[in-house]
Amino acid sequence: MSRRPYVRKVERSWWLAHPRYVAYMAREITSLFIGLYCALLVVGLVRLAQGPAAWEGFLAAASSAPGVLLQLVCLAFAAYHSVTWFALTPKAMPLTLRGERVPGGAIVGAHYAVWAAVSLVVLIAAGV
Amino acid sequence: MAVSSKPLLWLPFAGGGLAAALIIPVLILITGVLLPMGLLHLPYGRMAAFAHNPVGKLILLGIVALPAWHAAHRLRMTAHDLGLGGGAVKAACYGSAAVLIVVAAAALLAI
Amino acid sequence: MTETVTLEVLRYRPETDSEPHFQTYTAPYNEDWVVLDALNHVKDNVDQTLSYRWSCHMAVCGSCGMMINGEPKLSCHAFLRDYRGKTIRIEPLDHFPIERDLVVVMDSFMAKLSSVKPYLIPKPEKPLDDGEHLQTPLQLMAFKQYTQCINCLLCYAACPQCGLNDDFVGPAALALAHRYNLDSRDAGKDDRAGVVASNPGVWECTFVGACSDVCPKHVDPAAAIQQTKISASLDWFKAKLMPGANS
Repeated sequence: MSRRPYVRKVERSWWLAHPRYVAYMAREITSLFIGLYCALLVVGLVRLAQGPAAWEGFLAAASSAPGVLLQLVCLAFAAYHSVTWFALTPKAMPLTLRGERVPGGAIVGAHYAVWAAVSLVVLIAAGV
Repeated sequence: MAVSSKPLLWLPFAGGGLAAALIIPVLILITGVLLPMGLLHLPYGRMAAFAHNPVGKLILLGIVALPAWHAAHRLRMTAHDLGLGGGAVKAACYGSAAVLIVVAAAALLAI
Repeated sequence: MTETVTLEVLRYRPETDSEPHFQTYTAPYNEDWVVLDALNHVKDNVDQTLSYRWSCHMAVCGSCGMMINGEPKLSCHAFLRDYRGKTIRIEPLDHFPIERDLVVVMDSFMAKLSSVKPYLIPKPEKPLDDGEHLQTPLQLMAFKQYTQCINCLLCYAACPQCGLNDDFVGPAALALAHRYNLDSRDAGKDDRAGVVASNPGVWECTFVGACSDVCPKHVDPAAAIQQTKISASLDWFKAKLMPGANS
């Protein structure tokens, strides 16, 4: 009896086959929107370097309807990135304190606390 | 097989992931929601003063560079997941991040 | 009229088939039956040519892994009552060549497993007179979950990177390497790095996490791999910045 193993092809649409993989792709595509917002920040820095008029033009563009729309989409994906990143951190960096495993929830909670603190500091610095 | 030099790409990616998670949402809130709504003002004088300060320059560069690198590496891996690998994709991803970082640094030095 | 279940099983006989194709069978429904029981019923009473691996029937041997309605599962661990009213589609594990029917070719995995040196590589020999290695419960706790792998390959079937790259060392092998790297009796991390920290080692992983989702023994290979990425990165930078120093 001869062997003839059959190799099944992996489709390019493999990630559509199961909700778990769709969620993975959504998580990964957050990077596109984070990258887009970084580009927006770089434009802002360039405008800042070009003087007050250029800076005001940048602020106006950021406040325009398409500007706000783009940023709201980026915000949604950025928040999804934060939530998923924090949730995965305990797996990558497990902690043992005084002979006991620190519960994952505590590590995640600490990240949310830092997130809130950093956000508050930035908001205050920005003059809210 | 040889030990890979991927750590050079990966550690900044991991750092950028944490940086992006902590700082990007509030920044978008500022420029994309509070500013357009008029609840916040970012006057040129105050921003330029912050960027003029060397510590301010480092902070601003970090805010841009780390998330940009994170995005570049992740986009390159995602392109691979979708069957788009190869040198061109790598160059586009890391190249874009490099351009963003260099332009940001140049702008900050000019302030 | 006893209740029945409908099984759609992927068949492939290399001597007669050019391609795999589905064949439908009917088996009795029982509240306490698993998919393996239904397959055994088919083989015993309906079609003795159906080929599949199984052994312990209690989720410890790792033999009976297959795709059940698109999800990698142990057929002895998938209860008919969870599929009541649905057709049960049974296929061989994804990402492995099909040998025959539900039997896959595991050779690539066996090679990957042995390549990570899954055995204790202690520090320079201590004399026998010094007695045995001592290990505290805390030291055991550090690596115990990674000892639980039963080599069932569900993680390889779930992992998209295994599907995209045949060379990827894979979740189970990397989790086992981590088991030894974390063992206080072991000093072989550098010996394993040539495979574990190579491009087809941990660096192929993008933390999809599907491997840990499907693992029947809760080994959490995804965690093992991310921890290894961090440790390998720190080792790499240490080696570059302080060449020659002991790691």
